[in-house]
Amino acid sequence: MLKKSKLAAVLAAVALVATTAPAAPAAGNLEIFTWWASGGEAAGLEGMTTEFVNQNPDTTFVNASVAGAAGVNAKGVLVSRMAAGNPPDTFQAHAGAELSSYVRAGQLEDLTSLYKSEGWDEIFPAGLIKTLTTKGKIYSVPVNIHRANVLWWNPAAAKKAGITKAPESLDAMIADLKKFEKVGIDGIALAGQGDWAIAHLFDYVLLASMGADKFNGLWNGKTKWGSKDVKTAIKKFKTVLSYGNDSKSLDWPDAGKLVTSGKAGFFIMGDWASSQWQSEGLKLGKDYTWAPGPGTAGTYQWLSDSFTLPKGAPNRDAGIAWLKVCGSLAGQDAFNPKKGSIAVRKDSDPKLYDSYLKAAMKSWKTDTLVGSTVHGVNYGNAGMAALNSAVGKFYVGGAKDKKGFIKGLKAAYKQDKA
Amino acid sequence: MALKSKKRIQSHWGGFFFVLPSIIAMSIFVYGMIGWTVKFSLSNRTSAWSVDNSFAGLANFTGLLDDPEFTHAFSNLVKFTLVFMIGTLLSGLIMALLLEKGIKGEGLFRSIYLYPMAISFIAMGTSWRWLLDSAEGEKATGINLIFHKAGLSALENSWYTSEKGSMYAMALPAIWQMSGYVMALFLAGFRGIPDDLREAARVDGASEFKIYRHILFPQLSPTFLTVLIILGHISMKVFDLIYGIAGKGYVTKVLAIYMWQVIFDFQNYAKGAAIAVIILVMIAIVVIPYLIYVNKTEEANK
Repeated sequence: MLKKSKLAAVLAAVALVATTAPAAPAAGNLEIFTWWASGGEAAGLEGMTTEFVNQNPDTTFVNASVAGAAGVNAKGVLVSRMAAGNPPDTFQAHAGAELSSYVRAGQLEDLTSLYKSEGWDEIFPAGLIKTLTTKGKIYSVPVNIHRANVLWWNPAAAKKAGITKAPESLDAMIADLKKFEKVGIDGIALAGQGDWAIAHLFDYVLLASMGADKFNGLWNGKTKWGSKDVKTAIKKFKTVLSYGNDSKSLDWPDAGKLVTSGKAGFFIMGDWASSQWQSEGLKLGKDYTWAPGPGTAGTYQWLSDSFTLPKGAPNRDAGIAWLKVCGSLAGQDAFNPKKGSIAVRKDSDPKLYDSYLKAAMKSWKTDTLVGSTVHGVNYGNAGMAALNSAVGKFYVGGAKDKKGFIKGLKAAYKQDKA
Repeated sequence: MALKSKKRIQSHWGGFFFVLPSIIAMSIFVYGMIGWTVKFSLSNRTSAWSVDNSFAGLANFTGLLDDPEFTHAFSNLVKFTLVFMIGTLLSGLIMALLLEKGIKGEGLFRSIYLYPMAISFIAMGTSWRWLLDSAEGEKATGINLIFHKAGLSALENSWYTSEKGSMYAMALPAIWQMSGYVMALFLAGFRGIPDDLREAARVDGASEFKIYRHILFPQLSPTFLTVLIILGHISMKVFDLIYGIAGKGYVTKVLAIYMWQVIFDFQNYAKGAAIAVIILVMIAIVVIPYLIYVNKTEEANK
């Protein structure tokens, strides 16, 4: 008898283990997967969420945020869930090639009809729509635009170095780096942690050195990685790196602090730096100021966060309702001023934005658009990771191994096209 | 007599049922998953969009040999393991020798040395990232600042951000964390040796050095082996420490980091699984002979 009840208990325990599968979310939920968990990003998401809840009062909003800059942690979780056939109702991803692996895996729904019914095909810039379109189909709704090719500096430090106006070409910038160095300020702030911010700088140098057309050619094979243009860019990149801070292990906010505290001169970083500094209590125009990346004025190197509709989303209707908010004027204007980015829509209200963002909105409408490589526009995840590795290797090696660098860049291209 | 053996069988079966859930869980979640990983590593599933699960033979493994990133990660891991194991073993042993003499406040020192064990690798990584900052001279911070202030400028260096020395520097925090634990293991080993043996050796006129060399150390050899195995397998699967300090950066990439990257960034599941299998085999080579040895000695002692 005793034996039997023991057995029953064991079996019950086994059964318990076997049936404790994750419970499916109840109907009327929206599960959204983002890595916006802190600061201006979370505040912006909050604004958009409020908008969504007002429009869909019966839907419960479930935020599955996974913290970690640029989504390094979130991507791991997301990849596992997608592969396991347990997708969220919508997830955040950089617009552009970064989505290609999901698209090729057939994990995303085509949203082209949504673009038509919501009028987005008219109100989003045509150049952007072209980049978002893969074989005639669009798979994501961008909520914001960041600019990658921005030069930041501290007016007080520039004054000390005798620099009165923003350099207008890459070579002029290098000349200014020397001036900073002369007065004991590191020419350029470098964030070596995890390689990507150095790759971000390299991405800018490529663009400034060879111009938008040849730069765009790098990602479709028209410009060769072994070409003279690339070699010239690498030479200049090496020069720029030589004016950087000694510490090779800084995260980008720490590198940014070097600039705002007057220890480093220039900083090439996306415009999220501005919202970061404002959250630290610094004033645009007084504590820091900006210009388009030297030699790239008139070119807008963009990146964009976007939302998708995974196939087999448990609450498809709620997912579509969310995407509609993402693309709407109200949604974008609730999100972007807080996030420190501009709206994708051309009809957004400039009054809501600060002076930098107002200027960015103007450029966004008129500039030539090129994508940011490090933030998912030009390469998919694999190509990006390989490019970051190649840049990181070049950087820690003291920027000596140019041949190895080119080899690594070629390998990254191959990796991406595989 | 017959009654007794029946009871024994009954208790045997009772015990079996008690461990049955964990046997089932282990066979699914450990051995089942290992099997699954091996299957993946031999398949053609090399991208997110390929559902080609057909058999690829050893192609994923031979492909790794041509992958410079893999060989880089592998040699990084070897360097890290060597420095970490030797460093931890020596510093743990020295601390144990000092405490073993029965100094005052031994309990206090023991806890101080053991504290680093209580800190998670990720939290530790963040602090060590600051300590191992590569700026030198006037701009130095962290350990370099200490060297600079102490007039030891020659010792300042770029730590884990230098191309050649990165993994040796990376071993420092790991040594710092694990040496207290190794000390505790050795201390327990020393305490397990009866004092009579030392007394006898002293009466026979042996010097302190000889006592350690010929009496104490030989008796510690099981402890040595345990320590080596524990350190070895920790070292080979190291991930969080390095991720906490340097992220996915190229310079300090080891196999576990590269595996993570291949699976989640490249979404090359077959190749990622192949790296996982290689890590598993490396650890198995170290651990399995040890387990066999332990089982044998336990049998012998019964």
